[in-house]
Amino acid sequence: MSNTVTTKKKGGFLAGTANYLDERVGIAGIVKEFGRKIFPDHWSFMLGEVALYSFLVLLLSGTFLTFFFNPTMAETTYDGVFGPLKGAHMSTAYASTLDISFEVRGGLLMRQVHHWAALLFVAAAGLHMLRVFFTGAFRKPREINWVVGFMLFILGMAGGFTGYSLPDDLLSGNGLRIIDGMIKGLPWIGAYTSSLLFGGEFPGDQIIPRLYSLHIMIVPALIIVFLAVHLFMVVIHKHTHYSGAGKKDTNVVGYPLMPVYVAKAGGFFFIVFGVIMLTASMVTINPVWNYGGYDPSPVSAGTQPDWYIGFLDGALRLAPTGIETVVGNATLSWNILLPMLVGVGFLAVVAVYPFIEGWITGDKREHHVLDRPRNAPTRTAIGAAGVTFYAVLWAGAGTDLIATNFKMSLNHVLTAMQILLFVGPVIAYWSTKRLCLSLQRKDREIVLHGHESGRIVRLPHGEYVEIHEPADAYQVWKLTDFKEYAPTLARPNAKGVITVRARIRSALSKFFFEDRVSPVSQTELEAAKHHGELH
Amino acid sequence: MAKNSKEVAKHSDAPEHEYETGLAVVTADKPKDPGIEPHRVRMTDKSVKHEKAAARQVAILFLLSIVGSIFAIWAYYAFPFDDTNAGSLRINTIFLGLGISLGLFGIGIGAVHWAKTLMPDAEVAEERHITRGSEEVRAAALEVIRLADQESGFSRRKLIRRSLYGALALFPIPAIVLFTDLGPNPKDSLRHTMWGAKKNTRLVRDPDGTAIKASDVQIGSVFHVIPEGLEKLEAPHMLNEKAKAAVLLVRLDPTEIKNDKEREWGYDGIVAYSKICTHVGCPVALYEQHTHHLLCPCHQSTFDLAEDCKVVFGPASRPLPQLKIEVDAEGYLIAPGDFAEPVGPSFWERKA
Repeated sequence: MSNTVTTKKKGGFLAGTANYLDERVGIAGIVKEFGRKIFPDHWSFMLGEVALYSFLVLLLSGTFLTFFFNPTMAETTYDGVFGPLKGAHMSTAYASTLDISFEVRGGLLMRQVHHWAALLFVAAAGLHMLRVFFTGAFRKPREINWVVGFMLFILGMAGGFTGYSLPDDLLSGNGLRIIDGMIKGLPWIGAYTSSLLFGGEFPGDQIIPRLYSLHIMIVPALIIVFLAVHLFMVVIHKHTHYSGAGKKDTNVVGYPLMPVYVAKAGGFFFIVFGVIMLTASMVTINPVWNYGGYDPSPVSAGTQPDWYIGFLDGALRLAPTGIETVVGNATLSWNILLPMLVGVGFLAVVAVYPFIEGWITGDKREHHVLDRPRNAPTRTAIGAAGVTFYAVLWAGAGTDLIATNFKMSLNHVLTAMQILLFVGPVIAYWSTKRLCLSLQRKDREIVLHGHESGRIVRLPHGEYVEIHEPADAYQVWKLTDFKEYAPTLARPNAKGVITVRARIRSALSKFFFEDRVSPVSQTELEAAKHHGELH
Repeated sequence: MAKNSKEVAKHSDAPEHEYETGLAVVTADKPKDPGIEPHRVRMTDKSVKHEKAAARQVAILFLLSIVGSIFAIWAYYAFPFDDTNAGSLRINTIFLGLGISLGLFGIGIGAVHWAKTLMPDAEVAEERHITRGSEEVRAAALEVIRLADQESGFSRRKLIRRSLYGALALFPIPAIVLFTDLGPNPKDSLRHTMWGAKKNTRLVRDPDGTAIKASDVQIGSVFHVIPEGLEKLEAPHMLNEKAKAAVLLVRLDPTEIKNDKEREWGYDGIVAYSKICTHVGCPVALYEQHTHHLLCPCHQSTFDLAEDCKVVFGPASRPLPQLKIEVDAEGYLIAPGDFAEPVGPSFWERKA
């Protein structure tokens, strides 16, 4: 008895707890396995963290809001403290949103925290995807995790849209009206699907509670499941790292989880939360009281969706006039279907890109050292073209605002956008590829001839030369350690036939790798050194 | 530790698995990897004074966090809402938010500062193992699958297997069928509006429901119109009907109207058109008097009111449907019947 007491005193409370947990859940093994796991350090690795942390903030602030929000569309007469709407007929959902804003202390703050966090979540997830794309982090073995991350991005947009609609205000109601119009345009199933979604005719009195179920239960549950898979795979693969001396496909270089990353990443959560909180307390977002409750007749000029839906809205706006067709008795609304196909098609290409590139290179090795974007010129150029395409669609959602703010003709702005949608990506592709190849040549020059030192020396015979400082071994490694690929010819298979598959792969490999700059080899390096010494 | 060194030894001998390199140019002629760059010593590593200062800064940041959280609690009560003062909401939101922000930033910046100045910052390397299982593990896994197959007879017993596939394919179907009652079959609800509910419905102002005399409508003026009685409906019928029946009423100079049907369906230059955009259903609420153009603010579809609302710009494909109007004995505008075609966005069965 006395023995036990002494041990307890010796270890203290923490040791006692640790012992308790280990004997029941085996926590010692977990700490031993994960406690010193190495994570590499780079600012761009924090983009995914920002997304994760804003999701946690969404869970916290959203939970608060559920205690006060009433998601019913029953009609009520507003009797709250917001004077301009006193006596107005509105849905209970809209009235309770007003109550959260004006009568619950901290309610407006939490609404704004929730909305800002949602905007940040999708933005950070999108930037994280771009980082992963441009550094080639999606290559084997991470192709599946790219798709999981893609699903998270889509779910983020779904969560955003369903939440944006919940206050049942005029602005979001018009957003739902647009969704309804798009659904009705679906071939064969359109009218029925709209009726299923809205519980009858638009707007009905069902859509808000239904969106509420999706928004607070189904979408977040799916996000949590996909997040768990996403992070689980990060643990399995270990994190990628940027090329640099000592960094290989067979190791991971960085700092241990405990204590460095617990402090850095844990602290970063509080910083992200703090930034959202500070923004929410100072900057108004979605002032629903200005819009009034939903009514199908009025609308305000300059209506805008949340930023991440913009590219789909822009696609709708850029559709040409009069492309509806009637086949027999069936109406095909190409002005709706075409933008939908463009949006879905664009996202589909994003989702499958890793498999396309993997098929072309045929490189089955595991890749853990990230590419510098310049060292994969064609991929980087394709990414720039994709970003441009998305950006034009996105800007297309603001044609009216661009026209009014810059005093331009709306028609001209729209036509310009329509042209840019096709021309922009081509310009972006071409210029990015040239830029990457030039940067690679510059890298070669630095490796072979060093840096300009700015020191001019006059030689005995009168010639002036600038002294070049040779690059150090670490920089040489950083600038030369990348994977080079060469295009392949379409070769006949065992039966002596050149298949269509082989032809396509050959053509694509040519498209990807014909223009390329090779990394400096040791032989070239030595030759350059020798050459330099002769001078 | 022993386990680790063994694994490292295995690594240096041979790769765990040789993968195809595809189109990669594999060369042995690479510059030598000089290894991880040496750790740069920080001030806090070499000076006790700096180390103590950093520790103090971290503690101060954590203390600031405490101050911020307490301030937030105080602000919650200290700045109550005052119904007579609109600024009270802003004050409460700002000070509550600032307090919480300080509480969060103190912890966050403190922890990161701690990590960056006082925790080790020399990079370390850890071996990776390829994701693929070793040959032994894969063989063992295959053996497990083979045993399971043999013991259950899964590949051997075709009847069991196929009937199971059938059962598994069908069991979720009831769950899908269960959702049918989410909404009724729309039937022809999309073809009718409240204008057709009875003959000669008066045009009334939205939202107050007052009737409109033809003489009230001046050239160039715009009326937002609903059918009489709509404003008295209960929700949700009121919104459902309004979403189809909303109408814009404009008086043009009759000589400016270029379309005969439009002139006939109107009354002395007064014409009524559906306000629901034929693109995706937003209200076409903006009227530009000198061009007679109606503009939808959502996607900028533009309709020419002088030419039977044909589409002159934007993604819409069809003109806005016109509502035929007349004047009753008392001089009020009435609609003798419904629109001649479905209003709003297109749908598959529209022409059927």
